[in-house]
Amino acid sequence: MEKIPLLSVENLNVEFSTPDGVVHAVNNVSFAVESGKTLGIVGESGSGKSVTASSILKLNSGVTAKTQGAILFNGRDVLGADDKAIRSIRGSEIAMIFQDPLSALNPYYTIGNQIVEAYRVHHRDVKKGAARKIALEMLHRVGIPNPEARIDEYPHQFSGGMRQRIVIATALINSPKLLIADEPTTALDVTVQAQILDLMKDIQKENSMAIILITHDLGVVAETCDDVAVMYGGRIVEKATVNELFLTPTHPYSFGLLGAVRSLDNSARGELQTIAGSPPSLLHLPSGCSFLPRCGYAQQNLAQCSSVVPELGKVSPTESFSACHLRTEALISLKMKEIA
Amino acid sequence: MTTFIARRILFALVLLAAVSLFTYLLFALLPTDPAALTCGKNCKPELIAANRVRLGYDKPIYEQYWQFIKGIFAGRTYGSGDIAFTCPAPSLGYSFNQHECVSTLIGKTFPVTAFLSLGAFVLWMLLGVGTGTFAALHRGKWQDRLTSVVTSIGVSLPTFYVGLLVLFSVVIWLQWLPFPHYASPTENFHDFLAAMILPWITLAVLSAASYTRLTRNGVLEAMNEDFVRFGVAKGLKNRTVIRRYVLRAALIPIVTIAGLDFAALLGGAIVTESVFSLPGMGRLAIRSVTDSDLPVLVGTTLVAAVFIVMANTIVDIVYGVLDPRVRVK
Repeated sequence: MEKIPLLSVENLNVEFSTPDGVVHAVNNVSFAVESGKTLGIVGESGSGKSVTASSILKLNSGVTAKTQGAILFNGRDVLGADDKAIRSIRGSEIAMIFQDPLSALNPYYTIGNQIVEAYRVHHRDVKKGAARKIALEMLHRVGIPNPEARIDEYPHQFSGGMRQRIVIATALINSPKLLIADEPTTALDVTVQAQILDLMKDIQKENSMAIILITHDLGVVAETCDDVAVMYGGRIVEKATVNELFLTPTHPYSFGLLGAVRSLDNSARGELQTIAGSPPSLLHLPSGCSFLPRCGYAQQNLAQCSSVVPELGKVSPTESFSACHLRTEALISLKMKEIA
Repeated sequence: MTTFIARRILFALVLLAAVSLFTYLLFALLPTDPAALTCGKNCKPELIAANRVRLGYDKPIYEQYWQFIKGIFAGRTYGSGDIAFTCPAPSLGYSFNQHECVSTLIGKTFPVTAFLSLGAFVLWMLLGVGTGTFAALHRGKWQDRLTSVVTSIGVSLPTFYVGLLVLFSVVIWLQWLPFPHYASPTENFHDFLAAMILPWITLAVLSAASYTRLTRNGVLEAMNEDFVRFGVAKGLKNRTVIRRYVLRAALIPIVTIAGLDFAALLGGAIVTESVFSLPGMGRLAIRSVTDSDLPVLVGTTLVAAVFIVMANTIVDIVYGVLDPRVRVK
């Protein structure tokens, strides 16, 4: 029997009205996350990954954003939830952390004040003193040395890595079931990145929390994720387990992404591959496949690729889903030729 | 923090000393003979000479300045024998035009200016911050656009125009209020309010408009901050996020500007006081210019400068209190 996912997103569409026209930031995106698992959402800047994540907590600015589709969390409808209902989910059942730990903490209050605030907003009956003890434990848990001495300091008195730990402590103070991490390590040094990812994994193991990890760093994905969704032009173009994505990518964009990663294999050839061109404007998406202008495999199938948007479909013999008109065997043989 | 405050205050004192020196020198360099201004056109040369000695204008300039500074702390006695008279500390000189010590003149007019500034300040801060926040929260909707139109008009209207407009419409045309006649609030609070309400509005209009814009932009900028999004993601109520996250960040620069604007007003709201015939420091200063009443001119300039320097110091200290990142350990 298939497990019921903790979170399922179905046919999510997000549009923003701007003075220049309607931006189709997210188009027909569907995915699911199970408890204890980590889903990576990978893509370039402007691929819609952050907007997708913000939709789960209804954080997109209400005036200009139009969201359609369904988001179910633990069987509850998130998109249809009213203000009060969504507030009770935010921070207590689904927590979110952001890219830049330097700006994610309120500079005008002590870190203790902010963690206690995050706890007490969902535990109104708990006194400040008791909440402070819980905050101290949490700071200790995330590896802040000597938390008793530092809890009354301000964010700017901590280093970047320490701040991200504090952000994580704040986000996880209510033991959420799902953590959405929007590029949590992008702004940090490589050594600190590994520490933060380890910390997230440790905490995940302790309380079987699900994580949605948004990143453009495939190295981070390989290290931490179970499943991956690759986004391009506001759509998911490939959905696979981590192993499948790295061993048998099925979408031309994924080929490109993997080719752009420095690994022991391709560093021998000296140069990193790049994907020529730039991502499509979400203001004017092309009529067919949005990757077509940058795709090296579409010549044989130009008519279909330029007119029909490819649907995400299962690719045998793998378990992956790919949104490409070309059959995988054909792609792989083309790719093989290229390498040879 | 204490050393920071001590250093700021010390710096302010040095600055004040420099300001007093320059103000005094500047007016001493004017090509008018202050002694000749002490009596009318048909004055005898002997009287002018006597007044010159009495007021100390016969002494070299550095000694005059020293007497002036000494007078601020110890008071000053002019002349000797029967015709001697004293301006007690803090003495800023003696006005022959008005036959009063300058400090007495300022003491009489300052409360008017202070009440005027304080009322206008409270009014424009409430209006400006309130409307600015309101507009930002309704960004792009008709409320925001209406606010932007109204503030554009507000910032482009000169004070004397608003003053005359208000005076004409409310007092002359609608006759809701009598022509403003200043009364001290302790004597007759009703008359005080009746005299002050129009000047308050006049002064507040322009500033409220620009503070609305400042607040709106500050709030919008703050709403884009990651920590505000993080606050929302914590599950905080909108009201809490706006109060503790957005306004806290948006108001810090506004507090800084507000302190300086308020201090500048305390030095005399020249136009508004003139339009509404309020006996404040602005009118005193204007009168001293037209009458070439040098001691009063030096006195009012110096007092205005003191307010600016004081406000600067206070703003610096308050900034450190409001923003922990600026605090010096």
